[in-house]
Amino acid sequence: MIFLLFGCGWIVLCGFAALLPLLPSRWSGTIAVVGIVGGSMLGLPSAVSKVLGGTPELASMVWSIPGGTLSVALDALSGFFLVPIYLVCTLAAFYGLEYLRSSPRGNSLGVFWCSYNLLMVSMIVVILAKNGILFLLAWETMALTSFFLVTFENERPEVQAAGWIYLVATHLGTAFLLVLFLFLGEAAGSYDFDRFPPVVQFLPSGGLFLLALVGFGTKAGFVPFHVWLPEAHPAAPSHVSAVMSGLMIKTGIYGLVRIVTLLGPPSTWWGVLLVGLGVSSGILGVLFALAQHDLKRLLAYHSVENIGIILTGLGLGLLGLSLHLPALAALGFAGGLLHVLNHALFKSLLFLSAGAVAHATGTRELDQLGGLAKRMPVTCFFFLIGAAAISGLPPLNGFISEFLIYLGAFSTVTAHSALVALGPALVAVAGLALIGGFAAACFTKAFGIVFLGEPRDPHTPEGHEPGALMLVPMGILALSCVVIGIFPAGLLPAMETVVASFTLQTKDDLSVILQETVEPLLILSLAALLFLSLAGGFVVLRRRLLRRRPVEETVTWDCGYAQPTPRMQYTASSFAQPFVARFAIFLRTRHLGGLPKGFFPRMASLSTKTPDVFRQSLYAPLFLGIEKGLHYLQVLQRGRVQVYVLYIVLALVALLTWTRK
Amino acid sequence: MNHPSLIEAVLVTVVLTNLQLLGSSRLKICIHMVGLQGIVAGLLPVLLDHEANPLRAWLLVVGSVAIKGIVFPKLLLRVLRDAGVCREVEPFVGYILSLLAAVSALMFSLWMGSTLVLPQAPVGTTLMAPVGFTTILVGLLVIITRRKAISQVIGYVVVENGIYIFGVALVGGVPMLVELGVLMDAFVAVFLMGIAVYKISREFDHIDVDRLNRMQG
Repeated sequence: MIFLLFGCGWIVLCGFAALLPLLPSRWSGTIAVVGIVGGSMLGLPSAVSKVLGGTPELASMVWSIPGGTLSVALDALSGFFLVPIYLVCTLAAFYGLEYLRSSPRGNSLGVFWCSYNLLMVSMIVVILAKNGILFLLAWETMALTSFFLVTFENERPEVQAAGWIYLVATHLGTAFLLVLFLFLGEAAGSYDFDRFPPVVQFLPSGGLFLLALVGFGTKAGFVPFHVWLPEAHPAAPSHVSAVMSGLMIKTGIYGLVRIVTLLGPPSTWWGVLLVGLGVSSGILGVLFALAQHDLKRLLAYHSVENIGIILTGLGLGLLGLSLHLPALAALGFAGGLLHVLNHALFKSLLFLSAGAVAHATGTRELDQLGGLAKRMPVTCFFFLIGAAAISGLPPLNGFISEFLIYLGAFSTVTAHSALVALGPALVAVAGLALIGGFAAACFTKAFGIVFLGEPRDPHTPEGHEPGALMLVPMGILALSCVVIGIFPAGLLPAMETVVASFTLQTKDDLSVILQETVEPLLILSLAALLFLSLAGGFVVLRRRLLRRRPVEETVTWDCGYAQPTPRMQYTASSFAQPFVARFAIFLRTRHLGGLPKGFFPRMASLSTKTPDVFRQSLYAPLFLGIEKGLHYLQVLQRGRVQVYVLYIVLALVALLTWTRK
Repeated sequence: MNHPSLIEAVLVTVVLTNLQLLGSSRLKICIHMVGLQGIVAGLLPVLLDHEANPLRAWLLVVGSVAIKGIVFPKLLLRVLRDAGVCREVEPFVGYILSLLAAVSALMFSLWMGSTLVLPQAPVGTTLMAPVGFTTILVGLLVIITRRKAISQVIGYVVVENGIYIFGVALVGGVPMLVELGVLMDAFVAVFLMGIAVYKISREFDHIDVDRLNRMQG
């Protein structure tokens, strides 16, 4: 672990070196990336070794801050979250080198890279921390540095607004965590995680669980705490979105798992609540994604959806723990946690490809894009892999984790469990199926509108393939999605170690349960290989058949019209219309304009806009109400020195009287 | 020389000057009272006689008496003359009510002094801490209830006296450096406030604090 910590130090050092004045701004990125690569090479081996079953390590040091020791620990659970952090942060950093090269903000690149490196290290420290104060410090550093990254293009008003929403949301979440840690720390007399008691005075452990759920949920971004995601992700540069959506929101999941393990045996309702939140977050997330026209906003809503899937898995796991159903616990946790890794891979892949599109065409509006498959074939291919993976289609990695959750849920049926386990499990199955279907529809829309057809807007630049620095990281991510999808059985030992490290099950019990999944997974691998070879065979066959014939390229879609124009194509709105219309009651889509009327219709136009329902109907009125309430406090603000001195005297006297009571 | 009776006499004088301060509308009298209070309070270190080095105690006495008893009143009287005010007209809280408030502050302080656990036993008589605290409260009361800017300055000096008495009681022989520091602070503050009040009166033709809201943000 000492190497890992040195690696963190090196990353921070290089981050600050990128800030050095008088440095040519194009060097700052290189310096930062050198730091990240070095730190990852130092840290990744120990993280991987813990996942593969190495003994946990603990380092502890006395520090001057009260409330325990400066202690960090690396166990299997931490290692499991660290691996994607190292991997994706490094790849996204390389991508960022090229992505930011054309940025007009040469001077602030140093600040950007410094924040990026600090964000990476703060995420690592959050995962490693074994002390509440250290955890919160790292947590806040993570929030602040990511805020700086989100507001990188801060001259745009929508970026400023997004930054503020993010900052407020993350601090409200931290407030709940602060209360949680205060309760635990005061009861234990120390803020070290090891000493936290499962039971606290005044507050049942269910209350602590709810505090953790709200606090970590705000970072993880499940419904209804997701409002900052669709604002912040589109505002940030694409590789920052990849890091935030792929990794940072997962620290919320990590925190939730870590705190739940500290709270002793879980109650049944925790699992039921998590499944409910997970399923509703998944369905609402994907529905809102369907209604979006902005590519990165759409991806942001898919993060909400995938966090929902992860939460469903964790909920089933907790349910299994509390009801002593080992199969449900093992498969639920394994599926949920594996989805953390998978989502980190395919969501960052999607954000990076979306960034390549935005970088090449200068827009993220779906209705201005189209036909990019011809101009950016490689990016198109990578996006397709990511899209298939996120839709949970075999033979890609997204399917594997969802499959494990399905297996866990079905295990309750075969075990003839009570209704309390069966109900949530069936809800999870139905929900996952629905989410998978919608996600496939949504990515058909996103992929089809962006890459297929013809360019929709003649003003959009033609687009070009990005350079190697952007393509290679995307390629590595796509490759890892495929590899996990084809050889999932290789990950099972790692999942056993990780799940065994925080549930009280022994590794042998777990491996019995997980071994049962090996057989279907192997069949899946075989089927996948068969599918791939078939597809490859067809491609070869097609080439051979076409070899001596003239091949003519024409427009994609002319629908039998004599003179088709690109405006006749499906738009993002029209493609999603059947879904959006059916779920209008949730989505509250606003229609501007309308159908053409009369026999000789004049010009008509239609545009739709789907603002976030929770933001519009829950948070906006809530915060307005709070603001109104606070106006009454202005009575106290008299603007006279005498009155303020009076307040001080009153407070002083009151405090003295109170302490003398 | 430890003279409990002398110390008590000093403390009674301080309380009486406090009451006179609150009960009088003439600013001149208020300034004289503050000066008197500063002189008698400044004598406390020698009366207590716990200083290992009497020279230091005397130095402190000379310094604080000179500043609080002579320089401050001179300065304030001069500002008073230049600003052309001599009375506190229409205070926010009337004189009788202020006196009652001062008496309740005294009672509160006595009650508090009887229950307050101090880090070390107060030196001199048990009355010192309560009287010091009363003086602080009275000073704040002057700041709160009076309208003229110069009254605010007077209140500030009274608070400083209270802190001085409280400090002497508490720490027994405040480290000279600290006390000199406080004295310097107060001196500079009063000096600046004196100048400011003078300038304000020239600029606005009055020194009523409640009407000075034209510069509010």
